[in-house]
Amino acid sequence: MLRFLAARLLATIPVLLVVAVFVFLLLRLTPGDPAAVIAGDNATGEQIEQIRESLGLNEPLITQFGIWIGNVLRGDLGESFFFRMSVTELIGQRLEPTLALALCTIVLAVAIAVPLGVLAAWRHGGWLDRALMGFSTLGFSIPVFVLGYLLIWLVSLELGWLPVQGYRRLSEGAGPFIRHLILPSLTLSVIYIALIARVTRASVSEALTEDYVRTARAKGLPEWRVLTRHALANAAVPIVTVIGIGLALLIGGVVVTESVYAIPGLGRLTVDAVLARDFPTIQGVILLFSVFYVLINLAIDLAYLALDPRIRY
Amino acid sequence: MSAPVLAVEKLEVSLPAGADRARAVENVSFSVNAGEVRCLVGESGSGKSIIAQTVMGLLPRNLKTTAGHVLLNGENLLQAGPERLRRLRGEKLAMIFQEPMTALNPIMRCGAQIDELLAQHTSMAPAQRRARVLQMLEHVRLPDPARIHAAYPHQLSGGQRQRIMIAMALILKPALLIADEPTTALDVTTQAEILGLIRDLQREHGTAVLFITHDFGVVADIADDVSVLCLGDLVESGSARDVLGSPRHPYTRMLLQAVPELVSRKPATSSDAPVAMRTRRVNKVFVTGGWLGGRREVVAAQDVDLEVRRAETLGIVGESGSGKSTLARILARLIDPSSGDIELDGAPVARLRGAPARAFRRKVQVVFQDPYRSLNPRRTVGAAIVEGPLNFGAAREEAWRRAQELMQLVRLPAHALQRYPHEFSGGQRQRICIARALAVQPEVLIADEAVSALDVSVQAQILELLDEIQQRLRLTIVFITHDLRVAARICNRIVVMQHGRIVEQGPVAQVFEQPREVYTRALINAAPGKGFAFGRTA
Repeated sequence: MLRFLAARLLATIPVLLVVAVFVFLLLRLTPGDPAAVIAGDNATGEQIEQIRESLGLNEPLITQFGIWIGNVLRGDLGESFFFRMSVTELIGQRLEPTLALALCTIVLAVAIAVPLGVLAAWRHGGWLDRALMGFSTLGFSIPVFVLGYLLIWLVSLELGWLPVQGYRRLSEGAGPFIRHLILPSLTLSVIYIALIARVTRASVSEALTEDYVRTARAKGLPEWRVLTRHALANAAVPIVTVIGIGLALLIGGVVVTESVYAIPGLGRLTVDAVLARDFPTIQGVILLFSVFYVLINLAIDLAYLALDPRIRY
Repeated sequence: MSAPVLAVEKLEVSLPAGADRARAVENVSFSVNAGEVRCLVGESGSGKSIIAQTVMGLLPRNLKTTAGHVLLNGENLLQAGPERLRRLRGEKLAMIFQEPMTALNPIMRCGAQIDELLAQHTSMAPAQRRARVLQMLEHVRLPDPARIHAAYPHQLSGGQRQRIMIAMALILKPALLIADEPTTALDVTTQAEILGLIRDLQREHGTAVLFITHDFGVVADIADDVSVLCLGDLVESGSARDVLGSPRHPYTRMLLQAVPELVSRKPATSSDAPVAMRTRRVNKVFVTGGWLGGRREVVAAQDVDLEVRRAETLGIVGESGSGKSTLARILARLIDPSSGDIELDGAPVARLRGAPARAFRRKVQVVFQDPYRSLNPRRTVGAAIVEGPLNFGAAREEAWRRAQELMQLVRLPAHALQRYPHEFSGGQRQRICIARALAVQPEVLIADEAVSALDVSVQAQILELLDEIQQRLRLTIVFITHDLRVAARICNRIVVMQHGRIVEQGPVAQVFEQPREVYTRALINAAPGKGFAFGRTA
């Protein structure tokens, strides 16, 4: 077990190294000159050259990479070309809104999708089951930004229940923080509710046909306990897998939602950085995302251990 | 005589439209008294499990009881509401099932699974409950109750799991225990122990037992009363002595006659018959685990020396885990031995590769246990049968002509070739599997538990068919089975395996009548219904 953990953590090092090399090279090989973007439309070639030199962009690639990776290993992600501040600090500022949005979304999605999926499996073919399947098809097909603007129009503009856009830090008080998160989370969670509910339904349906469910009923247990303790618990592995994958995909999914609701998070930062050819920021954000992916995958594998005693690493 | 614990009166359960018959069971009446065992006997599809589910109130929603009463201590269960039924289950009605592995929740500790019953149906405090569960574990003769209490089902053996099920079923001292084929998935020696345990506990507590089985050997061992079901009809009911000793209904007589006797029927092979296949010091070690450690070695076959003579049937018998199926696979070269030699007609075959290995495949064919899963559901029977000959270069018309001959040989109509496996019953499918194996004209046929999944009457037909084919084609058969009755019926010589080793071998009469080894004797003694002479009745 400890050996497994150590081996898995060690295995993340080459993964991150490959990601680092890839991102670095890819950015340098794509057209677009950060110096030109910073200098603006009216700059002379001389000014652009000066900026390029000050950013260290005329060093050979290998030297640039060496400097960058050396700094990364010391915990310094470099300085943003565009925002003129340290990338670490920049990410620090933008982390809270994105984490808050992602966590809120996944909690909302799981809290709604798992019970719905279980009920649909229990009453297989009933009205709830059919309604859920219809909803999930809809949830898969409706684009996030359409749903976002629709909800803003209905809930904020017509009904006036919630703020239209923007973000409040938790330090500004829990009330405004949550009020500003409800609509974005709801928007983003629809597709995950559809996904998780479907997987839950399929997985629990299968578990309900198993002999141990028959045993549980023969023991005279109440139906909710048969459903939760026996069927759902045994169906948990695929459900947790899809929740984990959902969480990883969410990091990418926040970009559109953050734009629609004007939330200053990592998604917005990524878009801005890409448009400005802000190499250090893009590199820093992508490296951070890959660390997330690796950690989420590890968490899923560890969750299997807790969920099924037959799994041993 | 006091009122029966369970009385089923004129029960009728209808099947959904489109089923093979209108009613699952019809006009079924029987009763079970306290302290008695009533066996419900029938072949697959007879409706015996439907009756058990009706009594438990656990019928699938698409089946409906349309007439009759089910009285538990005088209370009509068919009129009880779901909440009342739920309370009765566990408290008054308990059930144990066929597959103790799948019947237990794999991710819950055994102790917790038993504890659920106490938590649900009593007001005992947690510490009290734990003490009671441990006491019950000891009561069902499990060693080291504290360890078992904390164990997960996969950490226990099949017999131990069934003991957990029994502990669970009986901990609240129910009035009625329904046992649905509780020993079918177990080895004979374990089966004998579990049957003994059920009998003892039932006598101790005065529990009424409704015991469902297809195995007349088990009936002979445990039943006070017997009811025989045939396609949803109760054809005969009476005391075990009467039904087994002087059956009145032709169906019961047919079933009893189909049970093979535990007496050898076939002569030993003459010692000058040529050797068809021979193994020398064959070993097989399975290695599991990867580079992250946890490497485990399992020895499945150890120093196996055996000979199969031309046109004889060699039986390989043993319990699960004895290595008999591994040996069958090695003989068929489906897996490679770790070491040792195999000869076919005197030529070494253990390490064949490429073209010679293909030639070997033509000479040695296998029939597997499960006829439902060993045929490709998307190919017609004919396509499955001609595939082998075509692979070995036969002309298409010749292969189909031969397939038609084979259909005659296994007594299926020729038009069966155009149909798909799902259109056939289990016995018919096994005939198809035999025809498929024979299509390439093999010298050796390996039958791995080939009749174990079949009902006893169908089993008798398949065994007869194998006998006949062997005589006509002078085929050499290696017959792997856990069922000593079947082995006695069909084999000339027997090899007894335990823990991957051959413990005893010899002519069938010698092994059955004068077993030399303790283990062989234990196996024979554990065979259900040993004291009863089947096949001679009626």
